[in-house]
Amino acid sequence: MTPEPLLQVQDLVTSFPTRAGEVRAVDHVSLELRRGETLGLVGESGSGKSMTAMSILRLVQPPGVTRGGPVAFNGRRDLLELSEQEMRKIRGAEIALIFQEPMTALNPVFTIGDQIAEGILVHHQASRTAARDRAVELLEAVKIPNAMARAHDYPHQLSGGMRQRVLIAMALACQPLMLIADEPTTALDVTIQAEILDLLREMKEKFDLALLLITHDLGVVAGHVDRLAVMYAGRIVEEGPVRRIFSEPAHPYTRGLLASIPGRTPGKRLASIEGAVPNLAALPPGCAFEPRCPLRFDKCPTAPPPPFEVDPGRSARCYLFDPAIVDRPSIVDRSGSIGDRPASSGRPS
Amino acid sequence: MALVEVRHLVKQFTRKDGMLSRPSIVRAVNDVSFAVDEGETFGLVGESGSGKTTTGRCMLRLIEPTSGEVLFRGKNVLSFSREELRLARRDMQIVFQDPYSSLNPRMTVRQIVEEPLVIHRMGTRSERADRVVELIRLVGLNPGQLDRHPHEFSGGQRQRIGVARALALNPSFIIADEPVSALDVSIQAQVVNLLMDLQDKLKLAYLFIAHDLRLVEHICRRTAVMYLGRIVEMGETAELFSNPQHAYTKALLSAIPIPDPDNQPVRIPLNPKDINFDAPLREIAPGHWAST
Repeated sequence: MTPEPLLQVQDLVTSFPTRAGEVRAVDHVSLELRRGETLGLVGESGSGKSMTAMSILRLVQPPGVTRGGPVAFNGRRDLLELSEQEMRKIRGAEIALIFQEPMTALNPVFTIGDQIAEGILVHHQASRTAARDRAVELLEAVKIPNAMARAHDYPHQLSGGMRQRVLIAMALACQPLMLIADEPTTALDVTIQAEILDLLREMKEKFDLALLLITHDLGVVAGHVDRLAVMYAGRIVEEGPVRRIFSEPAHPYTRGLLASIPGRTPGKRLASIEGAVPNLAALPPGCAFEPRCPLRFDKCPTAPPPPFEVDPGRSARCYLFDPAIVDRPSIVDRSGSIGDRPASSGRPS
Repeated sequence: MALVEVRHLVKQFTRKDGMLSRPSIVRAVNDVSFAVDEGETFGLVGESGSGKTTTGRCMLRLIEPTSGEVLFRGKNVLSFSREELRLARRDMQIVFQDPYSSLNPRMTVRQIVEEPLVIHRMGTRSERADRVVELIRLVGLNPGQLDRHPHEFSGGQRQRIGVARALALNPSFIIADEPVSALDVSIQAQVVNLLMDLQDKLKLAYLFIAHDLRLVEHICRRTAVMYLGRIVEMGETAELFSNPQHAYTKALLSAIPIPDPDNQPVRIPLNPKDINFDAPLREIAPGHWAST
């Protein structure tokens, strides 16, 4: 039996008022995460993946508004209904966040030991010495060599990879249940990137964490997540077990993303997705991916598709999987590249 | 024959850590030699700080190297006078990493793409106008957008504008310094395809500086791996990727993310003890050089 999800998000919406009307950066996002599980949240810049994390933590700044829900977490019915004071006890202590840019997320004028200890002092009744000792322990846990001495270092004395380890140590300081890592490796070199991802996995296993890994690089997450949610224009367009998605991507956007990863056919043209990410203030009336989709058909521009079940445990917001539509273009090419729509279907595009 | 040949290139920076400490010398580029053939794509990879961007900039003398030679069609660019260098730059251009900061926000696309033609006093006004339209079409943009400013374009479109500017003087060699790393995944492929198409059409040679090894494997015929200012391995890309010799290359290649959950790479950690920093590059197989 699968355990109860630690986090269960239902129809979360975060919107911003603009001159062009309401813009939904997060548009009816639903997701679940269990302890010991890693969910990859993948999308291009502006797709709403970071904003989803900020919305869960209720860190969206006005005029942005988060509504919808509930966001059930660890026995609480809805985080969106908690007071700011109650929410503060959750941030850092129960859900910790690791940012992308390890230099700007650290305070340059305090030693890393002090910065880790600060989180412990804020959330727990601990003496200053106990907090310091714990900080050194944490630095050891994230494999910073010579942790005792390094605790006295300032952020600028560390390399990018080491800083990211410090941020992970800070995130773990209050023994959270869930960790949100927002592009934790984007600013790092490829060898360091792999080390940090390995470290995150190890920490997840050691502390039985629920890990939400946000990234724009599908290739990076393949070996590090259990489930995958692909975002496009504020919506989760495909969600399911990572193996199923990589072997048979369902949504045409996911297929395009997978096909455009270089290295499969050296020297040949890369498969690319034509066009550009749409402006959130001027989304097409139907599926947001419809104007770029090589498989579009007459149903697509009518209304945004709801999630349809592709196979057990996997859904896609795409009318190709709408069981009510009988006469739809068949999906010929399941290899990951987008095949041309079969000419025989005879539908206007 | 080699179009561009770099010989024993060295760039030193003097660094001062504090008021009282003695300045120390950092060799950002340390005795680097390689050659790029006409019409080929040569990849230069390495981690940040390995000296790959500095190498590229020294080749165009955007920064002055400390010593060495850069031969372009057999002539040493480093001994050129100002005027000779100006002429040489028609033939050697650069596309920058960040399409947001490398285009002047106050200029229109027309002015940006025309600027090199104006500086090099090419053609009459109407000839230049025709050339700008031709270039903008070549990179897949709409000439109707010429009077817009960079901020009105997406990252991928801006990078196309940067490519159009680099092509304006009809160069034979382009240094592409991380040309797609600032772009979204779905857009990267578009720009890479554009660069490959242009190469076919215009017989361009590229020095492709990148940290994304998947991309380098895809488009580069030959590749050099830089580590701490030196080239530690160099060869045909396919050979280098399948049969790496240097400890750093092995570690680097084993860290490439594989987009297949069931076929994850076994990472080879880098142990600095495995590296002989003094070993010269030697040819271990035809065309495959490694400093082991």
